[in-house]
Amino acid sequence: MHLDPLILSRLQFVWVIAWHILLPAFTVGVASFIAVMEGMHFVTKREIYLQVSGFWIKLFSVSFGMGVVSGIIMPFQFGTNWSRFSDATANVVAPLLAYEGLTAFFLEAAFLGVLLFGRNLVPRWAHFVAALMVAFGTLFSSFWILAVNSWMQTPAGYEVVDGRFFPADWWQVIFNPSFPYRLAHTVCGFYITTGFVVLGVAAWLIRRRTFVVEGRLMLSTTLWLLLALVPLQIVLGDLHGLNTLEHQPAKLAAIEGRYDTASPAPLTLFGIPDGKNAVMHNEVAVPWLGSLLLTHSLRGEIKGLKDWPVDQRPPVGPPFFAFRIMVGCGLLMLALVIWGTVLRRGDRFVTSVAFLRSCQGASILGFVAVLAGWTTTEVGRQPWTVYGLMRTADSVTPSLTGWDVLVTFIGYILVYLIIYPGGLWVMAKIVRHGPAALGDATIESGRPMQPVAALPLAEGSAP
Amino acid sequence: MTFVQSFVPIWTVILAVGVFLYVLLDGFDLGVGMLYGLAPDTRSRNLVMSSIAPVWDGNETWLILGGVALLAAFPLAFVIVIPAVYFPVAIMLLALVFRGVAFEFRYRDAAHRTFWDHGFAYGSIVATFAQGVVLGAFIQGFKIDGRQFVGTSLDCFTPFSILTGIALVFGYGLLGAGWLIMKLEGDLQRAARRHGRWCLIGVLACIATVSIWTPLAQAQIAERWFSWPNTALLLPIPIVTALLAWTVWRSLDHAASSFGPFLGTVGLFLMSYLGIAISLWPMIVPYRYTLWEAASSPKSQAFLLVGTLILLPVILLYTSWSYWVFRGKVRADIGYH
Repeated sequence: MHLDPLILSRLQFVWVIAWHILLPAFTVGVASFIAVMEGMHFVTKREIYLQVSGFWIKLFSVSFGMGVVSGIIMPFQFGTNWSRFSDATANVVAPLLAYEGLTAFFLEAAFLGVLLFGRNLVPRWAHFVAALMVAFGTLFSSFWILAVNSWMQTPAGYEVVDGRFFPADWWQVIFNPSFPYRLAHTVCGFYITTGFVVLGVAAWLIRRRTFVVEGRLMLSTTLWLLLALVPLQIVLGDLHGLNTLEHQPAKLAAIEGRYDTASPAPLTLFGIPDGKNAVMHNEVAVPWLGSLLLTHSLRGEIKGLKDWPVDQRPPVGPPFFAFRIMVGCGLLMLALVIWGTVLRRGDRFVTSVAFLRSCQGASILGFVAVLAGWTTTEVGRQPWTVYGLMRTADSVTPSLTGWDVLVTFIGYILVYLIIYPGGLWVMAKIVRHGPAALGDATIESGRPMQPVAALPLAEGSAP
Repeated sequence: MTFVQSFVPIWTVILAVGVFLYVLLDGFDLGVGMLYGLAPDTRSRNLVMSSIAPVWDGNETWLILGGVALLAAFPLAFVIVIPAVYFPVAIMLLALVFRGVAFEFRYRDAAHRTFWDHGFAYGSIVATFAQGVVLGAFIQGFKIDGRQFVGTSLDCFTPFSILTGIALVFGYGLLGAGWLIMKLEGDLQRAARRHGRWCLIGVLACIATVSIWTPLAQAQIAERWFSWPNTALLLPIPIVTALLAWTVWRSLDHAASSFGPFLGTVGLFLMSYLGIAISLWPMIVPYRYTLWEAASSPKSQAFLLVGTLILLPVILLYTSWSYWVFRGKVRADIGYH
């Protein structure tokens, strides 16, 4: 049997990064949420903020731990499976990755211990600072990683010598054309993802009538926040799309499902792409709207994929459908947030069972949207790793056989299928305990922390 | 141009220090993870894990930093070495994942605690062994054509690399025992001293075997150590190693010595590290590319150096601070009345 190391390496990368991205999508937002709650507590000294913060710190610590370990895998993928990509681009992208490690990861990892275990060991202000630092750390992390990703999408500030990329202007490398849009769109997406998780958990707590006060605080704060963020995200998404039209028109054509150049171009709502014959089947389209949305004029021209040679076209299916899933999630979110805001009159947003149930169901919307958006942008970049300059097919490690990759891929599949359900199970347990579990003082000041030693002893093993 | 060339030595020092710090820090917590498997009951397991819970993820970030710093400063080494040790790296990563999540899951998921207990102990031992295989394969060198590794992914598994894998298991075990002796008291400390003695015997046997094997297998290494006047100049290394080994053995026996075993083991690691560095210098891809040949462009090295020189001291400072916050013995009398 012939196994293709290229395809398998791509699948393996998809597998490890898709699982990994779910964690930053949650932790980036929740770190900021915790910092805000800690800040509110620091200023007002009201106990409830502490209680809410303590509750989310527990969830954060589980997801952050998973984020660290699944994140360690990522840079090594560049070496194990994508060594030719690394050889060609290391001079440009590796310093950015290293900066991520330096600034962000250490900020998180070093202050995380204090945030998680040190509440009674350090002064109040120091604990608040630790919360802030962890939040900043997650944001710095996103900054550098997205700088690298954006450079691969819209490379700038480089020169090519002997087939390898060298830096010419670091400012241009980092602030490459798609970076500001991608950063804003992604971080906003992460905040929204967290927001809907908070909303769902809060709704569940309220419906169970156990922690109504805490649940209400979470629900209300987050709903205001989302009322600002969701519309903002739609605007940012539009700007990001215009940026793609300018710098990666082939990707945009794939997103639009457009094989033939058109002016004015309709907006394709749905269709079945047929790459072989370069045509959309069963197309449902709104005339003029494509041009209007993308060029902000009725006669604007949208290029079709047939303008590019066949070997330079991205596949249409994944970006086309993923994009529609992402937009669909966004519209659902917008509807829910507006509904909740209307229900604020007469306080019905904490009593309406229909609304609370919808919030619970919506807690996964952010993750779906993040994965869909990521699929759109990454598959849309194909067949390149460095857009227009280096092919994915030329990026893979030459010494690998298909069997090598198959074996490790199966390893990654098995391990992730154990740890992710495990993590979900653990987090569900924390949520079931609710915010009251805080204050079971397992830590005494002046002593090393003891969360683990506070475990209930198993039957029969007590000394 | 001389100024530009001077980035390479700086990066060599940073990377050497970074790798050594990683080996020490994750070394002791991987070692603690292995010894965790030997702890007799839940109470002692809780204490053993408590001794590293606040610091392990900070320790593991050094691995990421080491990886990306190698990619940034000496990319040619990264793109040749990592594919050559494809399987050990993947095995190490998967084992680290398992062991990393076990910290949280074991605490919060009582229903499956035994599973995560095993995951933690076996994850630690497998990750350590895989790191040792990487080390052995590195010392033996790789099949290279131009800028790429051209051997197969199984080349790295040799009797020698298996030996270095076992050596590292004993080595990290010894570090972990030293850490536990500092952090624990009573029965558990005595158990750690006992485990430490076995690990030390294993470590010394492995160091001796490796020290005889490598010069026999690699002419360059024999030349480096056994040509005059090198032999005289390098003589302190085996002598100091022997003295340190003796000190560690004594302090493991001596009930009053809390810090002796750990500090002595750090010394042993330093000596072994220096021994390897002396054998391979100035190669970063052994027997093929020097540090200078594998270096990234001066512009890349300079760009990263600016931030590193500012951030690294700060990182070291507050890493020390978090160790300071969680200093002292882990006490058994909290939380289980």
